[in-house]
Amino acid sequence: MHHTAHPATRPETARRTDGLPARPGTGPRLPHRRTGAPRHKRSGTPSRTAAATLAAALLAAAPAAADTLTVYTYDSFVSDWGPGPQVKAAFEAVCDCTVDLVGTGDGAELLARIQLEGARSPADIVLGLDTNLTARSAATGLFAPHGIEPPALDLPIAWDDPLFLPYDWGWFAFVHDTTRLPEPPASFDELIASDVSILIQDPRSSTPGLGLVKWVRAAHGDRASEIWEGLAPRIVTVTRGWSEAYGLFLRGEADMVLSYTTSPAYHLIAEDDPTKAAAPFAEGHYLQVEVAGMLANAPNPDLARRFLEFMLTDAFQAIIPTTNWMYPAVTPEGGLPEGFETLMIPETSLLFPPQEAAAIRDAAIEEWRGALSR
Amino acid sequence: MPEGGAPLPSPPRAGGGRPLRARPAAGQAGAGPGAPPLPAGRGIAVAAGLCVAAVLLVLNLGTLAAVAFHADAPGRLGEADWAAVRFTLWQATASALISVALAIPVARALARRRFPGRALLITALGAPFLLPTLVAVLGILAVFGRGGLVNQGLAALGLPAVTVYGPQGVILAHVFFNLPLATRLILQGWLAIPAERFRLAAALGFTPADTFRHLERPMLREVVPGALAVVFLICLTSFAVALTLGGGPRATTVELAIYQAFRLDFDLGKAALLAMVQFALCALAAALAWGVARPAGFGAGLDRPVARLDAGSPLLRAQDAVAIALAAVFLLTPLAMVVTGGLPHLASLPEPVWRATLRSLMVAAASTVLALAMALALALAITRLGPRPAGALEAIGLMALAASPLVIGTGLFLLLFPLMRPADAALPVTALVNAAMALPFALRALLPALREVEASHGRLADSLGMTGLARLRLVTLPRLARPLGFAAGLTAALSMGDLGVIVLFADPQGATLPLQLYRLMGAYRMDEAAGAALLLLALSLLLFWACDRGGRLGARG
Repeated sequence: MHHTAHPATRPETARRTDGLPARPGTGPRLPHRRTGAPRHKRSGTPSRTAAATLAAALLAAAPAAADTLTVYTYDSFVSDWGPGPQVKAAFEAVCDCTVDLVGTGDGAELLARIQLEGARSPADIVLGLDTNLTARSAATGLFAPHGIEPPALDLPIAWDDPLFLPYDWGWFAFVHDTTRLPEPPASFDELIASDVSILIQDPRSSTPGLGLVKWVRAAHGDRASEIWEGLAPRIVTVTRGWSEAYGLFLRGEADMVLSYTTSPAYHLIAEDDPTKAAAPFAEGHYLQVEVAGMLANAPNPDLARRFLEFMLTDAFQAIIPTTNWMYPAVTPEGGLPEGFETLMIPETSLLFPPQEAAAIRDAAIEEWRGALSR
Repeated sequence: MPEGGAPLPSPPRAGGGRPLRARPAAGQAGAGPGAPPLPAGRGIAVAAGLCVAAVLLVLNLGTLAAVAFHADAPGRLGEADWAAVRFTLWQATASALISVALAIPVARALARRRFPGRALLITALGAPFLLPTLVAVLGILAVFGRGGLVNQGLAALGLPAVTVYGPQGVILAHVFFNLPLATRLILQGWLAIPAERFRLAAALGFTPADTFRHLERPMLREVVPGALAVVFLICLTSFAVALTLGGGPRATTVELAIYQAFRLDFDLGKAALLAMVQFALCALAAALAWGVARPAGFGAGLDRPVARLDAGSPLLRAQDAVAIALAAVFLLTPLAMVVTGGLPHLASLPEPVWRATLRSLMVAAASTVLALAMALALALAITRLGPRPAGALEAIGLMALAASPLVIGTGLFLLLFPLMRPADAALPVTALVNAAMALPFALRALLPALREVEASHGRLADSLGMTGLARLRLVTLPRLARPLGFAAGLTAALSMGDLGVIVLFADPQGATLPLQLYRLMGAYRMDEAAGAALLLLALSLLLFWACDRGGRLGARG
């Protein structure tokens, strides 16, 4: 077993959407690491690489580093306000390489980009897919097993994916302003029965939008259509992306917005504004786990693997909470930043295993579209 | 770029410093079997025009072919896609009809009234068309949204709130964007009626109704179909506006269906098919407009400012004042909200925003030079070719209106990816695509003016043996200063606000101002985003104003 499932360190019990406890082996059926191509052989043993690195370091105090690691990621990761600049600096400090971060729209566009480029892609790493996309990503055959034994992960679910490693995660939630809405609805049914207005994103163009469609499906199964029909009058509008919806919410266009349980942390930490909160829903909250993987045709497979290992160390993980505003996959030694302890922790986490998530996507979107088009 | 007041050598002139105008009809006698062969300069102009047309064909259709060619399977359209087609057609038709219907009284009022600040008002009224959609939508919602001015006012009066989300919101936003454009197009039509006709009408004792029947209706018959078609095409490819204000999946446009085919399904065949549907709809709309439009045939006048002797009655004055005031309130209040929202945060904008601003200015400058060169080459070729090839060239120049930015971006990516690193091509590609997107407007501005120059000065220049660059420099360009300035301003402003294809090609260091604006919002920094939005608005308007004014000064000099 190349991977041990670590029990969630959070108090809540993780459960699969079928009600069974999450356990190893629920991940996608993917080529096992041991049966995958032994990549080191082609690219030299680690000791030889280390020697080469040392030689390069001795030969040149040259500013031009030996190798370039190309990381494809979503746009908000590379932005000046995202984790990108700090992650680049932190890895370059230890890798004797140059990190080239390439932003390509959002998570789903990231996969489309890799598919456009195919085997000729110059990318070593793709960072920013989520569990909605991992099954489809694996099916492209463009990703290689990471072959890494991860450290203890602080995820609410077990992790057992030979191709992808998580770097952060969060729960979707409806965020509200406690001064305007002191008593938010506590479930989808309560939301439907209330006169609270919400802003959501389109599942066809936005990751949180797709998350909500999955959330309703995971929480209510066959009642999903009925839930959507009930929600329809509560929905002020459906936006193209997260930014539009959140911007409209902050301008007072609706009482609640679909976002993450971690969103209030931004307002608290960066703006010293404690009025934003995420409403706990009795059904539980759907998870988003963001992952990275290395490409089968990575020009620098060894460097790529080193980056994935680095990704789960403190140097990377400590950057995540206050730049990506998500939970780090491995809580850094210093703990989470002050303010995160105020966040709402759902009782129950919901998540479709990757294969199932991919299988129900079209039907779930169609359910959503049908109910809201009436 | 505009020539500003640079003193250009004046060509031969006669009478009062204004160029002599030959009536096109009068000149026909000179063209016959004995006409001299085409001078060498004409061949070059035609060749340059054809090169530009080839580039545009690759950009608009080559990219589509690249996407279709890359598809694993031919695309199939489902029921949801046809629903998107129906909604798209419906909202674009409604938006175009309402925009143009409202533009007619505004354009008439602006055409027959003179008041201090009129020129400034016309520039400011053009602003919504230049804004990035996200900024404009936020501006609209600050006025018409749930917490906006309108609902605050209604609440103060104890009246129930109105909601902007739904079909009414989509149309409201599209009218906001396109009323300025429609007004501008129709205003040009009004100003093209020679002042002499109005004097004659006044001398004959025409009532306003007579004036409308004999002068204004034929002009509208000529101008309105084109304006309708342009607004229809712009609304057809709308995406973020329709989605955000449409209230839900009922407001799905074809462009969103294309986006979904790429992003969620990676179904290139379907994306290509949808793009072809979009092209077909646009072609149909353009053909319809072409078929309905009738040349008004006013002939030429002496280019005197229109002094309207027929519009002095208090009733008409009041009517015009109301039209102008309503349009100004409707178009300028959302902009004012963007200004007041952004002003407190302008000084504290972070450094990356300023770097992105500089980059956007450079892209805008490059796009503008490129768009003007391409438009000029196309327009010169069009005036020198027979009606059929000229019509084809004009259609190619206007084709970008029908193209899906997403298909262009993806197709270019597929074409360029085997050759180079996409990030290396980011800025040239952005400049080229922005130029092509602005080209339809630049071409529409240049073409009539160029035809007029050719009609009035072409023969004289021919007889003097002026060809090539000398003719361009001495005869053509000085007379095109005004439309060139307008086209430059429009291109620069549209390019400033465009997000378009940059995302597929961008490298993290290469962010433009609109992209930084989205990134600020994506990083929860809504206040700084408001400041960046104001910066974008101010720069777009400033660029437009500077180029447009430069062109006017150049025309006078």
